[in-house]
Amino acid sequence: MNYELVIGLETHVELSTESKIFCSCGGHSAANEPNDCVCPACSGMPGMLPVMNKRVVELAVTAGLMLNCDINRYTTFDKKNYYYPDLPCAYQITQLNHPICTNGCVTLKTSEGSRDIRIKQIHMEEDAGKLVHGGKYSYVDFNRTSVPLIEIVTQPDFRSAEEVVTYLNKLKSMFRSGGISECEEGAMRCDVNISVRPEGSEEFGVRTEIKNMSSFEAIERAIRYEAQRHIDALDFETEELVQETRRFDDVSGKTFAMRNKETEADYRYFPDANLMPIIIDDEWLEKIKANKPAALDEKVEDYRLAGISEKEIDMLVSNHKISKLLDDVVNMGCDAKDAATWILTDCIGVLRKDGKTMDELTISSEKLFNIIKMVNDGTVNRTAGKKILIAVVENDVDPISYCKEQGLDKKFDASIVEAVVVKAIEQNPQSVQDFKNGKTKALQALFGACMKELKGAGDPAVIKALLEEKLK
Amino acid sequence: MNYYKIKLGDGNIAVDDTILVKDTESSAGSKILEGFKPLFSAEAVIRLENKGYKIAGKTHVGEFGLDLVGEFSYYEKQESSLKGAAAEAVANDDVIAALGVDMNGATRRSAALSGVDFLKPTYGTVSRYGVISCAASGEQVGVYAKNASGVKEIMQIIAGHDEKDGTSLKNESYDYSFVDVSGKKVAIIKELTQKADDETKAQINAFADALRESGVIVEEISFDVFDVANTAWQILMTAETCNNISRYDGVKFGHRAKEYKDIDELYVNSRTEGFNFLTKAVILYGSDVLSKNRYKECYDKSLKVRRVIAEKFEELMKNYDAILTPVVSKASYEAYDIHEAFGKVFDESVFTALANLIGVPAMVSGSVQLIGKHFSEAVLLSLADVAERKGE
Repeated sequence: MNYELVIGLETHVELSTESKIFCSCGGHSAANEPNDCVCPACSGMPGMLPVMNKRVVELAVTAGLMLNCDINRYTTFDKKNYYYPDLPCAYQITQLNHPICTNGCVTLKTSEGSRDIRIKQIHMEEDAGKLVHGGKYSYVDFNRTSVPLIEIVTQPDFRSAEEVVTYLNKLKSMFRSGGISECEEGAMRCDVNISVRPEGSEEFGVRTEIKNMSSFEAIERAIRYEAQRHIDALDFETEELVQETRRFDDVSGKTFAMRNKETEADYRYFPDANLMPIIIDDEWLEKIKANKPAALDEKVEDYRLAGISEKEIDMLVSNHKISKLLDDVVNMGCDAKDAATWILTDCIGVLRKDGKTMDELTISSEKLFNIIKMVNDGTVNRTAGKKILIAVVENDVDPISYCKEQGLDKKFDASIVEAVVVKAIEQNPQSVQDFKNGKTKALQALFGACMKELKGAGDPAVIKALLEEKLK
Repeated sequence: MNYYKIKLGDGNIAVDDTILVKDTESSAGSKILEGFKPLFSAEAVIRLENKGYKIAGKTHVGEFGLDLVGEFSYYEKQESSLKGAAAEAVANDDVIAALGVDMNGATRRSAALSGVDFLKPTYGTVSRYGVISCAASGEQVGVYAKNASGVKEIMQIIAGHDEKDGTSLKNESYDYSFVDVSGKKVAIIKELTQKADDETKAQINAFADALRESGVIVEEISFDVFDVANTAWQILMTAETCNNISRYDGVKFGHRAKEYKDIDELYVNSRTEGFNFLTKAVILYGSDVLSKNRYKECYDKSLKVRRVIAEKFEELMKNYDAILTPVVSKASYEAYDIHEAFGKVFDESVFTALANLIGVPAMVSGSVQLIGKHFSEAVLLSLADVAERKGE
């Protein structure tokens, strides 16, 4: 019999905020040592109360807007009770009854065409800490405790492992370009709900949940293994399927049932009386909308229309800072394709030469715009423009004054260029003689002499024309 | 009696063991927090210290303030007649005032038994930063003092917005100046007076007479919401307490059992040893009302009851400035067995629960209680003040 795979995803994404969700500790990425970023609040000491980090709300709403969700104007927090040493309060603050976003949709482009995946909800919650096992003891590290997360819950709309991976890649580039999350290793974690049913059937099969996977490759393998396990169970009665939570073992490539205790836990959810309901009024929502980066699909389309290459688009959408720089100079009046080359070839080239990465680019949009403008309006040629760019990227100089100081805009003064040409002819009688004797190559030597005098700033066409005229 | 769990030298303010004082063991009367020294003081403590008041010490409380008046502290045994430590310290002039957390009435009952004043202000008035929290949605720091003027003096300092507490109201300051009470209307609640002994009834009458002499109109009415309010509050209070004290697990600080094989045993043994029988009963009751099968009929329903009663009380307060009720069923408590505690406290909280449930202010004076609408502290203090001065 042919089976259809039915998958729903719960994806936890760590938000890029400067502080934790309910206290002012820095995020754990700032930590060097275990328990570096910990205060009485996030380590569960009595007397401390959670105080909402507004930035978390804004990023969650932005994510909701990107995934076409309804933004709920009234949103509340609930407590989820369970004991574990990495959970200092023995409860996690999360959202059950009034999540911040609901009813979204994301369109995937797959080899089989467009597919819509419905988003059930997005809610905010705090992360737990982690345990470090060593020798006789286990140790707790609360650096990650209370780091803000959003959990994105889809409807069971995926029909293959490929779709899941396409979706996750899309979320990743969306969230990175939107400044919502860096989505680094471990900052995006998935629970996969999976079942199979005979093709054409409307009813769902027995569902299992594979918990807490962060590598996309592992997710894909886990889905393939688990789907086959379900199909074998149905076709060959190898085992009886039960609704349960499983974990994927990366080494053996198999899934294993987790203790029953964990699947049957009653988390005794109830409203958190320490956090007042959050009201998102029109003014706040408009502000968040205004700051929201263009939707990824629209943006990619704009870049394509501007003639930017696919490779360059990939670089742009995966880096919020770089794409924002491009958008800014384009808004100032630069051509998008031209500006993309300046950023992705020239700027990145300079950084690479200096052993730096794309993230270390600090050039302001104003300075970049001025350089591009000087080249485009003919103030300097491209070679000189690039020279200015290097100085700006490396030493953050002012491009206009640097250009003047270095005399790179000399070629504008026609009389200076003419004087240089005349001088070159006077000082190189042998080359002049050679040229007149028919050695066209000799012109190149004269041209080089002019360019040297002009420090590379001359317009080659103008110089060549002048030389030919004078030598006639 | 010994008032202090920890004495801090000369000072004029006592602070209950449920409120944090920096670097000073703060245990909420429980073994589970034995040795816990907080890194910071409660906001109310900081505000008093900033004004030059000095903390005399940490007064004994019953474990997490769950008992009648402090009889079940791990650190202090009471043998015969029960009293609250902070209230006694104030009554005997050891300090001019004390801070306590009003959560299930222990503070108000203590004040009544010791004959001192206590004000539980409107929810959100005093920061809960630094309170060893149990029932977050109804607990509030209040003030013990010898008379209404004494309460007013301290309240004026500790009330006001604190950004470290998300439930703190935005008001920067409050005005507790006494107001003219002549013509104010006070209602005696028939259903509650009936639950009290003769001595307490006499105290109600004496207080009513003193008010009348000052031109206050006092009437007896029927307002039968207190039993329902109490049940709802006991459900919310036990659920929230069960949740908030689940962090005391022996892993991070406080008491840890010596014997355990694995993490589950560490939890179970530490908590079994660390909590007394009453706290365990509260934990069981609280987890039951939050469980999947019971949530709707218990916890969720109590939230609805809270809204309905708040509306009814607001309606009543259109005609009255305050209600006058007993705060204890009898003028003195005798020592009893802890196995009876849960039921005893439940029954006795019928007088106090309404104010916690709906967050309105309650003022104990002359061993009786005045309850008013939100932010009516100035009126309650003024009524208490005139009655106290008539009694002198």
